[in-house]
Amino acid sequence: MHRIESEEYRITREPYYAPQGNEIELFESAYKNNIPVLLKGPTGCGKSRFMEHMAWRLQRSLVTVACHDDLTAADLVGRYLIVGGETQWVDGPLTRAVRIGGICYLDEIVEARKDTTVVIHPLADDRRVLPIEKTGELLQASAGFNLTISYNPGYQSVLKDLKQSTRQRFLALEFDYPVAELEQAVVMHESGIDAAHAAALVRFAGMTRNLKGSGLEEGASTRLLVHAAKLIVFGIAPLDACNASISQTLTDDPEILTAIREMASSLF
Amino acid sequence: MAAATPSAYTERISCPLEESDIEERLEELLGAVLTSRRTASVPARMLSTLKRPAQDFALHWAGVIAKSNSEMAFQFVSHVSQAFDRLDTDGVTQWIIEAMDIYDRDGLYLGSAALREVETFAARLVQKRYSVTFDDIVSIMNKFVIGLSGRNLSIDEDEAAWTDTETIYLPHFVRQFESGHQNFQVYKATVGYLLAQTRYGTFRVDRTSGVPILCAEIAKFREPARALRIFGAVEELRLLARLQSELPGLARQMREFKKALSRAGTLDSDSAALEKIQRSDAEVEDSLALVRKLYEDGVDVPEPTCYQGIIDLEKVRLVTKQRVEAEREKFRADLALLAEGITGEDESNDAGMDREQFEVSMSPSADDDNPGAGDLTFTIDGKPVVPPDDVVQTANSIIQDFGEIPEDYLVAAGSRLYDADPSADDDQSERSEPRSETGISYDEWDYRRCHYRKNWCVLKELDMHPGNEQHVAAILEKYSPLVREIRKSFEALRGEDRMLRRRKNGDDIDIDAVVESYVDVVKGEELTDRLFIKSHKMERNLAVVFMVDVSGSTKGWINEAERESLVLLSEALETLGDRYAIYGFSGMTRKRCEVYRIKTFEESYDSLVKARIAGMQPQDYTRMGVVIRHLSEKLKQIDAKTRVLITISDGKPDDYDGYRGEYGIEDTRQALLEAKYAGIHPFCVTIDTHAHEYLPRMYGHVNYTVVSDIRKLPLKVSDIYRKLTT
Repeated sequence: MHRIESEEYRITREPYYAPQGNEIELFESAYKNNIPVLLKGPTGCGKSRFMEHMAWRLQRSLVTVACHDDLTAADLVGRYLIVGGETQWVDGPLTRAVRIGGICYLDEIVEARKDTTVVIHPLADDRRVLPIEKTGELLQASAGFNLTISYNPGYQSVLKDLKQSTRQRFLALEFDYPVAELEQAVVMHESGIDAAHAAALVRFAGMTRNLKGSGLEEGASTRLLVHAAKLIVFGIAPLDACNASISQTLTDDPEILTAIREMASSLF
Repeated sequence: MAAATPSAYTERISCPLEESDIEERLEELLGAVLTSRRTASVPARMLSTLKRPAQDFALHWAGVIAKSNSEMAFQFVSHVSQAFDRLDTDGVTQWIIEAMDIYDRDGLYLGSAALREVETFAARLVQKRYSVTFDDIVSIMNKFVIGLSGRNLSIDEDEAAWTDTETIYLPHFVRQFESGHQNFQVYKATVGYLLAQTRYGTFRVDRTSGVPILCAEIAKFREPARALRIFGAVEELRLLARLQSELPGLARQMREFKKALSRAGTLDSDSAALEKIQRSDAEVEDSLALVRKLYEDGVDVPEPTCYQGIIDLEKVRLVTKQRVEAEREKFRADLALLAEGITGEDESNDAGMDREQFEVSMSPSADDDNPGAGDLTFTIDGKPVVPPDDVVQTANSIIQDFGEIPEDYLVAAGSRLYDADPSADDDQSERSEPRSETGISYDEWDYRRCHYRKNWCVLKELDMHPGNEQHVAAILEKYSPLVREIRKSFEALRGEDRMLRRRKNGDDIDIDAVVESYVDVVKGEELTDRLFIKSHKMERNLAVVFMVDVSGSTKGWINEAERESLVLLSEALETLGDRYAIYGFSGMTRKRCEVYRIKTFEESYDSLVKARIAGMQPQDYTRMGVVIRHLSEKLKQIDAKTRVLITISDGKPDDYDGYRGEYGIEDTRQALLEAKYAGIHPFCVTIDTHAHEYLPRMYGHVNYTVVSDIRKLPLKVSDIYRKLTT
């Protein structure tokens, strides 16, 4: 059976990341002091990209787990499999990261089942151990191990909230959409679009973000802007690109869609 | 004729009929109403000018109408060519059908008059077909404004379009173009233009007098009206140039309108001066300078373009004056609060004695077109402070008025001197005691203003007066076969933990499956990969609130049906184990909204609850928004995966003090949207057969059910609940 080696999680080329503040410094300090990190911020503002960049910068393996509401503790820690008539223990992504001393990034942690957050507790304080119930092992984290989780505080749901006992183990970095000039630079870099179009897209995003709470749950993320920009570079008319990759993804409400479409047509 | 070539044939059928041919056909059709003085020749001459398809259309209809009445047919052929001048074929058909309807209903006199009045009909049709009304666009434009400006400028209706810098007024309807889309675009361009006026300083305030420069300057002219007209045209050029760089799409649209509606008169007497006001740093003073020059030259200014609206100097002056004063006080009070926070000054100190000097500086903004968009830096005695958002907002608003923050604003005032909104005194008393014995206050959404009315409704929670518990037993008796069935079908839904065996993956190994697979392998059969156990939680993690309409209109049958429904529902829910609460609601006016506890989440389905169900009596009116807000709050406190709010109702929201029609519907919709944002699923069961006219707007197209037969309500409600939650 093929076993994934730690080198496969290594990022060899520098992922593009434009810092919004001193988050790189803060993360580096947290990493060197064995403090787990919590990334807060809306969807598509660059949290995952930041992690890739930091893994590259620190020369550590990065194990990313996208959490969903069926994610159980076993999915993170590992389970027995039957191989050739015998049982064989297979590490889950979290255990693997603990063993190889990599960075484990649990994306959108609040989506996971509540019991999963409990297995990360002993890892996230000064014990830095992972008890594996099924094998009876108490795994001590290797020197380079770091646990990072992310969540979006913008969800207006009481269920999707982190418990205090969890959140108070982490250093928290707040992310938001970059300021206009920076966001424009990001969109240009990621898509190869010209400055004028990128600026208009960023302005459009600002308009949709103004609507947050007045009909939209979230404004357009930087990721959506990059999608739209890529379409425009590919030859799609800007209005169509905005409609398909931004407006329609934000809402289904016909009234708000009309308003957003008119904003786009005011810009292009 | 068999030898005719296809081209000759096409020509023959597309070639217009001769006047004589038409006359012959008309005499045939209209013989009964023709005399020697009233011949078919006049209509025939008019018809001969039409194209062939129109002629065929007219003759066909003349035949059809003549079968009903020959005089109607004569009137028709006499006016049909006029109709074709004004209308397309669809429009002409509508004209005919409407006239024939009138003939059928009201007789020949009115019927033929309807045919004669083709002009009126055409004008009416164009209006109906293409005009766009304020109500059509208000909520879209509200979102458009928030998106564009980031501010919640209110939008209101008026005779003409104008702005007083705080509210954008739009006309009742736009029917400039024969296209609904174009007319909508006129609204949009109008909103964009009025926003540009407030944003690019058309009403900038003079620092010393506190009056908009524009008002002061225009008043100096001998003919202020003419000066204002010139100003309108000049300012349009300046604003268009400003918009061009920030909202090029909108600017393009405006220029298209300008071109499409080209008017007499021109401004280009001095191209250098025109160029100057179109530079990106041109301000309202530059426009006014040019106005003075053009006024002297006596130019003939063009009529305003359709999106320009009007400028009401007097109102602008009043609104600005009030705002400038209020903001100045608020800003200074805010600064005082900030200073207290910084220096740790005690509240009891006399704030007037020791005032700090503030400094607010703007870092150079990259966005030149948007004054105030740059970052503001606040310093107190040299120390930088981070002001709260609302202070920044006030600061930005002041900058929009003055272009900067004037010196005298930067002295902190005593915070106690400041009264937030002196005009809102009557609301103040309610605000100060939101949780007093008088009840809980809730905001209400006013769709005309696109704003919440703060603490508008006062809601009291009362116990439903218990009735005779025996009534519930009687209902159970009446429906006993159904109750058994409900229990059975809901039992099947009850969630429990289950171990799913023989899975491809799972948390643990299924030893039985492994042993069996060994047998298979020994026998030489294929090894299965289904060797795992997965634990599956079939949890019905669900909480539901039933919101039952007990307004006066439910009196009689409906009330009884509601009671029966609740009894059956409770049976179902008790079987299922879902957490549930039941509340009745009614009230009269915003000051007396009432919610009646029938069963809370904490209470069990006991004899008291049964007695309360039996005791449900019709009360007063139906103010729904406030009740939804109240019950949403209750639901939010329950930790459940799914939260449902089910309304059982018999009609539209309706209350004594104007809470009806669109106002009631829009507030209810807003309350439901708030609930949705909080993760609550609203649903409505109604017995109003007209519900499809308003419920989709309130609850969404899929979130309601109409039970047309009131007697079936008790049977249906538990059925609906089952479908809704599985």
